[in-house]
Amino acid sequence: MAASLLQVDRLTVRFGSSTVVNDVSFSIAAGEKFALVGESGSGKSITALSVLRLVDAATTTGAIRFEGEDLVVKTDRQMQALRGSRIGMIFQEPMTALNPLFKIGNQIAEVLTLHDGLSKPAARARAIELLARTGIPEPDKRVDVYPHQLSGGQRQRAMIAMALACKPRLLICDEPTTALDVTVQAQILALLDELQSEMGMALLFITHDLNLVRRFTHRVGVMERGKLVEIGETAAVFGAPQHAYTRQLLASRPERVVQAVPADAPVLVQGDAVGVSFAFSQGWFGKRQFQAVKSATLQLRRGETLGIVGESGSGKTTLGMALLALQELSSGSVTLSGERIDNADRKHLRAMRKRMQVVFQDPFASLSPRMTIGQIVGEGLALHRADLNKAARDQLVLDMLDEVGLSDRHGVAGVLQRYPHEFSGGQRQRIAIARAVVLRPEVLVLDEPTSALDVSVQQQVLRLLADLQKRYGMSYVFISHDLAVVRAMSHRVMVMKNGDVVEAGESEALFAAPQQAYTRELLAAAHLG
Amino acid sequence: MSAVLDTPRADAPAVAASKPASPNQRAWARFKRNRLGYVSLWLFGVLLLLCTAAELVSNDRPLATRINGQWYFPILSNPSEKALGGDFATGTDWKDPLITDLLAKPGNLAFFPLNPHSADSLDYFDKSLPPATPSGRNFLGTDSKARDLLARLIYGFRVSVWFALALTVVGTAIGVAAGALMGYFGGKVDLLLQRAIEIWGALPELYLLIIFASIFEPSLLLLLILLSLFGWIGLSDYVRAEFLRNRGLEYVKAARALGLSNGQIIWRHVLPNSLTPVITFLPFRMGTAILALTALDFLGLGVPASVPSLGELLKLGKENLDAWWIIVSTFLLLTATMLLLTFIGDALRDAFDTRKS
Repeated sequence: MAASLLQVDRLTVRFGSSTVVNDVSFSIAAGEKFALVGESGSGKSITALSVLRLVDAATTTGAIRFEGEDLVVKTDRQMQALRGSRIGMIFQEPMTALNPLFKIGNQIAEVLTLHDGLSKPAARARAIELLARTGIPEPDKRVDVYPHQLSGGQRQRAMIAMALACKPRLLICDEPTTALDVTVQAQILALLDELQSEMGMALLFITHDLNLVRRFTHRVGVMERGKLVEIGETAAVFGAPQHAYTRQLLASRPERVVQAVPADAPVLVQGDAVGVSFAFSQGWFGKRQFQAVKSATLQLRRGETLGIVGESGSGKTTLGMALLALQELSSGSVTLSGERIDNADRKHLRAMRKRMQVVFQDPFASLSPRMTIGQIVGEGLALHRADLNKAARDQLVLDMLDEVGLSDRHGVAGVLQRYPHEFSGGQRQRIAIARAVVLRPEVLVLDEPTSALDVSVQQQVLRLLADLQKRYGMSYVFISHDLAVVRAMSHRVMVMKNGDVVEAGESEALFAAPQQAYTRELLAAAHLG
Repeated sequence: MSAVLDTPRADAPAVAASKPASPNQRAWARFKRNRLGYVSLWLFGVLLLLCTAAELVSNDRPLATRINGQWYFPILSNPSEKALGGDFATGTDWKDPLITDLLAKPGNLAFFPLNPHSADSLDYFDKSLPPATPSGRNFLGTDSKARDLLARLIYGFRVSVWFALALTVVGTAIGVAAGALMGYFGGKVDLLLQRAIEIWGALPELYLLIIFASIFEPSLLLLLILLSLFGWIGLSDYVRAEFLRNRGLEYVKAARALGLSNGQIIWRHVLPNSLTPVITFLPFRMGTAILALTALDFLGLGVPASVPSLGELLKLGKENLDAWWIIVSTFLLLTATMLLLTFIGDALRDAFDTRKS
């Protein structure tokens, strides 16, 4: 511990009366890869930001020493000189962390002229060098593009180039790969690893991704609600977790919860050569077609879960919406129990919607903020079960909410009159599930239902979905980029890439022996191969 | 490491058992915390109430009177002078010395409003020459036509405020409807309506007003229709943008998946979530509408001369600059109104700003 690069001692951060970081102490040695893991709201990001004194309106106590210097007593100006030169930082969302109005090269050069006092041409040459080093193709051309002209992975590379510009001794990475597709994630991590050993800097990772921590870091600190509950060598913590919360986190990796489907289960949804294309106007009169889904053929039997995996832009969500007739087809057909739904007339289709429901990814956007939970969950019943009176419908809604874990006996009083903003992300997702399942649909499309949730909550929601499927014999279309989750939930899996179905098959067989190179690449990136 | 064990976090932290507040109730609570805006709303409310009940506040006839043991309510029906013992069969002039003497007799009494003048009543027994300076007889003096200025202000304010309210309601309704259509349906509907609005908005509003003022008898209804035809355009853009944003959100997709019709989705889901710009603009629209009517009256294109109006008072003030009380009091009333509305609008904007919690 003598040669520690960064030493944080009894750090406490308060916003007003709420303590966000509570008595946290850790140290990072030079050249070490350290991770702070925790779920959202655990205070891990605030801890890292406090090191750089980037937290506004907070009262901070405790000692922070960096290379033997006390950071707490430094003036704001001294801290400013430190940031970006000796301590670099990269953020989760490269699109918002880069200024959209300035060229990439200029943003990197700015750091160099500011901290190292390089001349403009020298800074530009160095910027090109850095872009080349971070693996951006044609760096001498890319130096003059704007952030929106780069792909997500390239933007993150540019961010890294910027953070490395002044050869920092410590690089703080705040969820550096969360916004990226899995294959890109693997590339970025490999790059960071390479640069770290080359430049001998220390890395401080802030992440919720346990896989990343396990594979990548030397030591790890686990945070829960502002407290550092466990710290140690990564292998030791993962091998023999001491704290109950760590054990809970580790145990919350998705486990397979699939019920066998009887062999004679009837086909419920049949998609034949489903194609979806979007038209973009180009120039004044021109039209360009974008084929989001090219020709997908699929079958879904009663009680079965079909997983659709793919990276962003693969067309998996569009296909899901097409199966629900929420998206017009450009070719092919979709049938529900043999009845065409893609060209059904509007009135008939509205009546059929009772049989097919959907749960979306973002639990904050999928509930209207101005309706009570009772209205949200009861709305479909009011429409499709006009035979019931208000009291009967309310009873159904209450029973449903009880089933998803939101009722008096779960400590949620008066749920019908409450508004969505009073609930956590996981609870909101349960409400969204209740809204769909209360209609007793035959098909439920789940569009990334757990991607916005913390891992421990994720597992609870998956278990709930499995229970509901068992009880009501629903068929699921489970759309996700998370292979571990899809593997846990699906009977059969379809892998999509750029609108094409790359591979499809029984879930276990596909994960055990992927036939296509792309599937193998995906699995390797997710460490599931 | 310190082994402070916490119970594993459950997914469902118990929600506090307090009474749940709807987003609107929370916005109202935030609005109330803004003292300036809240007090302004109260003041404006009081002003609105006073001017709406203008007949009870400012009238040349008493509210109630007892003469020779008999009760009259002249504010409802003015008894003839003959009935009270005078000579004429016409309505009683309560400033006539004959009547004031009668009221002064023991046993007789009269309850006059706070300001004993009406907007167009003339005081034939006032010795001073119009425009008269403020005095005990006319609190704010009279205008150049010998009418009581305070009464003119009260009645003129009533016309302005209620006209502005009506214009705001009609303009908002049209603007929200047009914006909702464009934003929700998008595509061709949006394209066509947008072009139509551009053409419509290019019509010269003021010239149309002048032309119509010369063809038709000017009236409040005509003005309301003409101003409403153009007043909704700006708002429709904001509502359209809100609808464009909200219709792509997942709760709208979920509503479609439930099988709701377009009308139900608009009415129950998108509209309530798109009203923030509408509500925050309401006070500012009111202020603009009041000023529009005042400007038109000032130019002589507004309400007929018989209707008391703030614009007409400004014109009289300009024509009689030596009678400073006319222009000063009208100016102060207008300024105070605009300030109140602006404060209310500011507070509303803060209250509905979702970035502030």
